[in-house]
Amino acid sequence: MRQRVFDGYVDYIQIMDENGNIDSSLYPKDLGDVDIVNMYRNMSFARALDAKSLSLQRQGRAVTYAPLVGEEATQIGSAMALRKGDLFMPNFRQHGVFLSRGMPLDLFFLYWRGFEEGNIIPEEVGGFPVCVPVGSQMPHAAGVAFAQKYTKSGKVVIGYVGDGGTSEGDFYESINFAGVFKLPLICLIENNQWAISIPRSMQSAAQTLAQKGFAAGINVIQVDGNDVIAVYKAVKDAILNIENGPTLIECMTYRMSMHTTSDDPSKYRSDDEVAKWKAKDPIERVRKYLISKSLWNDNLEAQMRDAQSKAIDSAVEKAESFKPNPNSIFDNVYSYMPTALKEELDEAVANNFYQ
Amino acid sequence: MNTNMVGALNNALDIIMSNNSNAVILGEDIGKDGGVFRVTDNLQSKFGANRVIDTPLAESAIIGASIGMAISGMLPIAEIQFAGFMYMGYDQIINHAARYRSRSRSKFTVPMIIRTPVSGGVRTLEHHSDSPEIYYSHVGGIIVVEPSNPYDAKGLLIRASKMKDPVIFLEPTKLYRLFKQEIPDDSYDVPIGKASLVEEGDKLSIITFGTMVPLVKSIVAKRHLSADIVDIRTINPLDTATIIESAKKTGRVVIVHEAQTSFGVGAEISARIAENAIFELQAPIVRVGSHSLPYPFPGYENYYIPNEIKISKAIDKVLSA
Repeated sequence: MRQRVFDGYVDYIQIMDENGNIDSSLYPKDLGDVDIVNMYRNMSFARALDAKSLSLQRQGRAVTYAPLVGEEATQIGSAMALRKGDLFMPNFRQHGVFLSRGMPLDLFFLYWRGFEEGNIIPEEVGGFPVCVPVGSQMPHAAGVAFAQKYTKSGKVVIGYVGDGGTSEGDFYESINFAGVFKLPLICLIENNQWAISIPRSMQSAAQTLAQKGFAAGINVIQVDGNDVIAVYKAVKDAILNIENGPTLIECMTYRMSMHTTSDDPSKYRSDDEVAKWKAKDPIERVRKYLISKSLWNDNLEAQMRDAQSKAIDSAVEKAESFKPNPNSIFDNVYSYMPTALKEELDEAVANNFYQ
Repeated sequence: MNTNMVGALNNALDIIMSNNSNAVILGEDIGKDGGVFRVTDNLQSKFGANRVIDTPLAESAIIGASIGMAISGMLPIAEIQFAGFMYMGYDQIINHAARYRSRSRSKFTVPMIIRTPVSGGVRTLEHHSDSPEIYYSHVGGIIVVEPSNPYDAKGLLIRASKMKDPVIFLEPTKLYRLFKQEIPDDSYDVPIGKASLVEEGDKLSIITFGTMVPLVKSIVAKRHLSADIVDIRTINPLDTATIIESAKKTGRVVIVHEAQTSFGVGAEISARIAENAIFELQAPIVRVGSHSLPYPFPGYENYYIPNEIKISKAIDKVLSA
């Protein structure tokens, strides 16, 4: 006997194309003109923030930085689909998510200046600290989702992971865990096509990364990750459907810039490929749409840029005026100060080790 | 050739790959990109993509698959991009690389090398500055090596490729390009399990390794001290004889490493000196390392790792006792 025991498929959705044309059959009903303008503002803000961070790093005023340029729609669309109180677990490139969720920008800059104080994330942001080891944040996301289910908080958790991260055991283990317990988890793969120098094609032989969700028995979908409306819809639908278990969303986007400021993409990828993706820019298409509907003009653009640039400059100023307290590295190791650690601190202070 | 540590390691890998057709290099971004620190630069174009292998982003698979290759007669040389990411493959190292020989009474062996950059002082993001040598040394069956200069780096790596055991090869990021040295073009070995007496003196012994070696040398030079500087080079198995000989000669010992002091390699060295030479000591042994807390973000790292002041005060303490 031979019979088919599993039959899966992955849908791909795009709602706004590269020219700003809308597929009205898929357009989310809850999304008004004001919302699209807000998405546009947030995406532009994220790009401005990114450019500023890059320039600070180049001037030696920030540590190694991971640019987000090109991935604004994936980050802003998903963050804006979350409800008040919903939670997110970032990797290390989700600056746009932090921004949309109201992260004070001076804290963002403080983190990228190399201070733990930048991770003192206000409760209302609903985010957890930047997580550097690729994929290792996903089991935490599953655990946070477990806690929401356990406490019946009604909150949904979104965990961000990159295309490279889907190769890690932690990724499989966490979506499997979430599937077994039907956790309120959305696993969002920010597929920017490159894990440093490794292209998506060398990361996995799977045709889509979304289909990895089949192995965990969870819902899957692939979206145009440069289409902020499609990303928004996918996340919104996953939230509405959360009673039926977790969803894995693969967002097809592109890392327009380097992996981090330590990386040189010219060693491993062609300018042609970058140019091809530049034509699919996530912000440009929204601007075209807004202008076509007379919701945007040069004057509004100029006002927005001016306001954003002022907000960024004042946040940088605040972050740069931060004075580190060396004792804080001792004060935050345990819930109490063990005698042995206190002795180390006293010795360091008494001997003026770090003048 | 006149080269820095990156060049020396690249040259050693080139020699190993040329001399052993069963050797492969595998890891993340080691092919076209040449590794994030360029240690494997140009090796893929020379040896081909089937021998210099860009892997998916999965440390446990890189290390576990290397074990599988090793028990099948190959010589895998894995690169883990940063030591802080190597914990993803820790299970494979401790449960399998370390135990395969023992569990099969040497029927199955794991000749492999895992290279990874270690230690800080270079303002990196979290998890890029760890000094994890003790985690791999506290289990028998694994060799742990850490060079502090281009000459040793090349010779130790070539020597590691001839061992029939798993070797964890720790490369201090800060020293990758800090200075150049004249080293032989040809293949040569630096023995594993043998410390190096970097400088000789008679007033005190400074036992150290890794990032701290150049710093200790500069302090000794600046203060015109007559000191033995012992660079242990191999952390496990430790060259106890060289350490004890120096301790007995000078009677005063300072141990310096970048990893945290408590439960560190210095504790082991100190214990061996105490066990073997305590009656010849003129002063209590002093250890200098980092504080007992996680490696902080770059804004605070200068308050964490040993610096000139801290090492110098330790030297004063031992000399004045």
